[in-house]
Amino acid sequence: MAETALPAETSNPANIDKLRAARRSPASHLSENFASGSVAGTVALKEIPFQTMVGIRVDRESDAGQRLASVTGGLPAACGEVAGGERATTLWLGPDEFLVVAPETAHDSLGGDLVRALFEALGDAPGQVVDLSANRTTFELSGIRAKDVLEKSCSLDLHPRAFHAGTALATEIGNIPAVLWKTGEDTFRIFPRASFAAFLGRWLLDGMKEFASPEVP
Amino acid sequence: MLLISCPNCGPRDETEFHYGGQAHVAYPENPNDLNDREWAEYLFYRDNTKGNFAERWVHSTGCRKWFNMLRDTVTYDIKAVYKMGEPRPDLTNEAISPEGASK
Repeated sequence: MAETALPAETSNPANIDKLRAARRSPASHLSENFASGSVAGTVALKEIPFQTMVGIRVDRESDAGQRLASVTGGLPAACGEVAGGERATTLWLGPDEFLVVAPETAHDSLGGDLVRALFEALGDAPGQVVDLSANRTTFELSGIRAKDVLEKSCSLDLHPRAFHAGTALATEIGNIPAVLWKTGEDTFRIFPRASFAAFLGRWLLDGMKEFASPEVP
Repeated sequence: MLLISCPNCGPRDETEFHYGGQAHVAYPENPNDLNDREWAEYLFYRDNTKGNFAERWVHSTGCRKWFNMLRDTVTYDIKAVYKMGEPRPDLTNEAISPEGASK
């Protein structure tokens, strides 16, 4: 979040808990709605706040691209691909644009070193490494009806035959741009921009509503 | 709704794209030599073709890359999708697949 004030405030471990307590995620005010709107065993929605995200723009064939790939554990080569390493997972956004996603604790402000390591790997080479942790939030939509909820407002072919687990696509969900990552057979992670988080959260809750009622024969 | 085959991402809805106007409008070699009329024509004058029209599109909510497309302005048939910098395909000589990417 506060990448401009890295050294003094945040590198002190004593301040970390204070900083975390002061943070408020984009959809935190909807957490009770998410809990009450989830239907046990059918479909569930929750926010996974404050994931570390870093935007990378680099030619993946170049030396700098390979240096960055060694930090992230590979850069995906084509649309939909996701490269995974020990430290982070990298999603393909464009031929020269990637989104690195890592747990909250990988962020430099919480004692991690991911952003700095990527920054140093790029060095002076053409490209960019930008801390985007505050740019997007993460929703996790899971359950056997998760696909049905998404299909109401996402025009991609979400059938398992076309959209495999471990695939991520940048697309539109509910008319807003978002990245959709299928992490498991019935689990989707959605990355909307922070300013769209409340809208998309309520939108998905509305789509989940019908599954709370008994099925009409 | 058009279904546009992005060269990077494959077929997506038209709402994911933005239109960029006529393709292959070259920047003048010596802009300083142009008089006001020629400069205005370069900036603002575009063809209004009935039939196959080469135009630029950007996949703004996907890979954010620009590409060219040959589209029939009457039927909205997408005749060809090709990369930036490639010449306009000659449809009379060869059959061109409208599929951009293989997937």
